[in-house]
Amino acid sequence: MLWVDHYRPRSLDDLHYHEGLSDRLRSLAASGDFPHMLFYGPSGAGKKTRIACTLKQLFGPGVEKLKIDQRVFLTPSRRKLDVNIVQSNFHIELTPSEVGNYDRVVIQEILKEIAQTQQVDLNAKQRFKVVVINEADSLSRDAQAALRRTMEKYMSNMRIILCANSTSRLIAPIKSRCLLMRVAAPNPAEMKAVLSYVASRAGAGSIPDEAADEIISDANGNMRKAILVFEALKMQTPDLSGPLSIAKPDWETYCHKVADMIVKEQTPQQVMEVRSKFYELLSHCIPPTIILKTVADRVVERADESLKADIMHWAAIYENRMRLGNKKIYHLEAWVVKVMSLYKHFLFDIDMTGFED
Amino acid sequence: MAANFFQVKPSAKKAGKEKERVVDPNLQPWVEKYRPKTIDDVSSQEHIVAVLEKTLSSTNLPHMLFYGPPGTGKTSTILALSRQLFGPDNFRTRVLELNASDERGISIVREKIKNFARQTPRAQAVASDGKSYPCPPYKIIILDEADSMTQDAQAALRRIMETYARITRFCLVCNYVTRIIEPLASRCSKFRFKPLDSSSTTTRLEHIATEEKVAVTPPVISTLISTSSGDLRRAITYLQSAARLSAASNPVAPITSRDIQEIAGVVPDSIVNKFAKTLGIDIPDAVDEYGDVEMADVGKTSNNTLRGFDLIREEVRGLMREGYSASQILTQLHDLVILHQTLTARQKSSCALVMAEADKALCDGADEELWILEVALRVNKAVNS
Repeated sequence: MLWVDHYRPRSLDDLHYHEGLSDRLRSLAASGDFPHMLFYGPSGAGKKTRIACTLKQLFGPGVEKLKIDQRVFLTPSRRKLDVNIVQSNFHIELTPSEVGNYDRVVIQEILKEIAQTQQVDLNAKQRFKVVVINEADSLSRDAQAALRRTMEKYMSNMRIILCANSTSRLIAPIKSRCLLMRVAAPNPAEMKAVLSYVASRAGAGSIPDEAADEIISDANGNMRKAILVFEALKMQTPDLSGPLSIAKPDWETYCHKVADMIVKEQTPQQVMEVRSKFYELLSHCIPPTIILKTVADRVVERADESLKADIMHWAAIYENRMRLGNKKIYHLEAWVVKVMSLYKHFLFDIDMTGFED
Repeated sequence: MAANFFQVKPSAKKAGKEKERVVDPNLQPWVEKYRPKTIDDVSSQEHIVAVLEKTLSSTNLPHMLFYGPPGTGKTSTILALSRQLFGPDNFRTRVLELNASDERGISIVREKIKNFARQTPRAQAVASDGKSYPCPPYKIIILDEADSMTQDAQAALRRIMETYARITRFCLVCNYVTRIIEPLASRCSKFRFKPLDSSSTTTRLEHIATEEKVAVTPPVISTLISTSSGDLRRAITYLQSAARLSAASNPVAPITSRDIQEIAGVVPDSIVNKFAKTLGIDIPDAVDEYGDVEMADVGKTSNNTLRGFDLIREEVRGLMREGYSASQILTQLHDLVILHQTLTARQKSSCALVMAEADKALCDGADEELWILEVALRVNKAVNS
């Protein structure tokens, strides 16, 4: 088993950082007056872990007996939808955004079903069941609207825990019905503590300071990534001494290569080269937003101070258009051309005032 | 729970329903618990209440369209009104409540709504609780969150509303009146619910706090009001969450304004101020409103090797790592900039422009980090120009 999974905290007492949050969760679970909750924070900060721990605190070890089900839902137009559902006797976990625009159907069916059945197990600690909805921020508006009244109406039988990266895309009525729980990314000291804990549990002895710092700065607050990298490094060089090279994923190096190409030469031929590289990345299913962000970050590092703001400005604009548009490659390319022209103008000192748009 | 079964009930089905409705009042959301029982209880919508009072005495009711921002009492009003009209027994047969969580496509309008509109249920003459109710000879169909109904479904309602006008009244409840198609809107008398003013919110919150025996201080109430911006439901939910947290902690801690802000997902002022400072906006260095000492200096020292672009980018990364939501940061930064004392109108307007763009982008689902960075850079440029 991977270290990330193996050493994942199982109960609220095992959690390493955000003590205040854990205390709150513990007392909420004990009070019997458990609200709907919304966990949000960057990825790898430990949202899911906290949800699992809270569930365990609520219902005892029974929640860890999971079964995975595939359920079939019918849309009003008789189309079949397959949804994977993880459930225990006390809770049910699903990712409705898997089915795209039909997520409303899934939400309605599942919630009504859960809401209308009472807990039959007399030994259960709580009278309600919990529905965990992952990736709540990619729920469609319809699905969110469907949640609204249900959350109030069936409060006696059911609690909802939403898990999202950001609250920006959740509609206000949902936010106002939940207790918001912000799970911030751990700071470097906290990450270091976790890494050394994992190291000692895994029988790897202690982790050298330089290695830990290296891993932490690479992970950028993502605990999951940090532990994965740590395990990989451990496999490469068992004693973790000497200069470490954290193997960057190959798409990242590839993106950096693209960025260097943009900075090096600004010609139509180069655009074609970059384009083929982008196609390569896209065909390996690297999300276009990530490509754009990684390349932009790298270009900005190389570029002159006066250009940086403009480069990021156009990255933001084209990233947004990419979401609205259909063909991702157009917008990636457009951005590259834009950046190259900015560069050229800067190098040859051409007045840009006429070309603001 | 069992006691309910021995009470005299008209039918077994009803007894079952009754059991479902009995929830331990301690576990009920306060929003439900303190929903107004009569329309007199509805806070701060005097005009509407006055009009509806008339209908209570005359028992004549037009089709109605309630619109207004969330948490202003639209659903509460219509529920209270129908309860007063029909009493608890007839309420079940006379009122159909449909909301967005029910399937409301065109087929439902054609079948369920039409069937309900068509029937004429017999009124139960004697109410079980011994009070007398007007019980007018029509039914009420409440379409909650009507703005999320499709155009087709709305169109299908048109004729139904007219055909059965003698025995059925419709009440559409929505946030945006513009999403209701014109033919429907013109068949209804419109009632606009305005956002609650702070005095009536205060009264209501204090009432609930005393009922629940929660100690709240005036600054907490004012934070509740400012974070919820006229949405009473949100204010009550926050109050309940805060009360829960404070009661659950050991020893019982008093509710503070900071708690409310954290529950509401508001970014602490000190962090927003620090961010604004990085952008070159002049923030008076002072102890802020709630007595927290400014934290800005702590971050400053560690960052002073970076300048310009890199400094801003680092700051944005930090904010994102803390997990604050981009739209919230945007809102607070917006308030800070627009209400700022020394910035010129020109600077403010260019800031407002970029924020508007960013809001649109975020609504379209654009990347949060990129856009906050974009806002930061452009605000910085505007302020320094």
